[in-house]
Amino acid sequence: MKDHLYNFLLHLGDNALVLGHRLSEICGHGPILEQDMAMTNIALDLVGQSRNIFQYAARMKGGDTTEDTLAYLRDATAFKNVLLVEQKNGDFAKTILRQFLYDAYNYPLYKRLMNSSDKDLAAIAEKSIKEITYHLKWSSEWVIRLGDGTEESHNRMNNAIQDLWSYTGELFKYSDYEISCHESGILPDLNGIAEEWNAEVKNIFAEAGLEIPEKAWSHDGGKRGVHSEHLGFLLAEMQFLQRAYPGQEW
Amino acid sequence: MNNWPLWEVFIRSKNGLNHKHVGSLHAADAEMAMQNGRDVYTRRNEGISIWVVESKHISASDPDEGESLFDPANDKVYRHPTFYNLPDELKHM
Repeated sequence: MKDHLYNFLLHLGDNALVLGHRLSEICGHGPILEQDMAMTNIALDLVGQSRNIFQYAARMKGGDTTEDTLAYLRDATAFKNVLLVEQKNGDFAKTILRQFLYDAYNYPLYKRLMNSSDKDLAAIAEKSIKEITYHLKWSSEWVIRLGDGTEESHNRMNNAIQDLWSYTGELFKYSDYEISCHESGILPDLNGIAEEWNAEVKNIFAEAGLEIPEKAWSHDGGKRGVHSEHLGFLLAEMQFLQRAYPGQEW
Repeated sequence: MNNWPLWEVFIRSKNGLNHKHVGSLHAADAEMAMQNGRDVYTRRNEGISIWVVESKHISASDPDEGESLFDPANDKVYRHPTFYNLPDELKHM
């Protein structure tokens, strides 16, 4: 088994699962019915993407490992998602901005993964890219609406930028397994993705009348299992059922 | 959001069929109405095309005038194409 590929798959799957779970937490609490459903749809898309990736990772690992053991029986330190996706929902502005910052990264990433030297991963990326394209369209429009909306929505977007900006640097910082994956052609150059991300964020922020913060210190650690305090609480809720009643099925 | 206008949503379920009214929703503008329509009404593969129109632009007949508008057609059976044999190939009549 290629350890670097396995770890990279966990990283991709964890990003999707954790963000999907975060969005699912506000199912029924959206600002209006239509956006409530939009966010729930995105949550379901993300959980579905994580399933595809975990099924592949579980096949690679073999033994008793399944998509469920990967999702429900690993502890926080074994999760490799970026810190951005585990940040709390906050207000609607923060939920939207977190989604946009992630989508603007995820879209160029998956677009390139479609040409990955790993054929299974390329197929998964191809299956996911249509959903991700819509997520990016949806979240960019909301960034523009809120940034360019009322004084209140504009201020809330600025607060969200303050809260989340320091988690964006980690997206483009190579972990050990990403370096190995890059060397073997599984993962494209993160710098190219960073360029595309910067251009997209600059573009949408300009339309929204929002300022990009000065270059600043950024958190990292998520990719190697060092998380913010929020992930433990998230997993406690997400994993409770399988921990309390092992093997339980729908 | 309470003052967002109401929109009517029409979905074409497949090529060759008409757009059909499926419901309504609130949205700030046409673009949002389209996305909301997609999120609310096409989650289960219901459609391949969406139209949205602001409800205020739809002129509706007055139910009180129903008798004068529609009843006169009741006794005019000769307007139905039931006196002809329709070829089997003809669908959706």
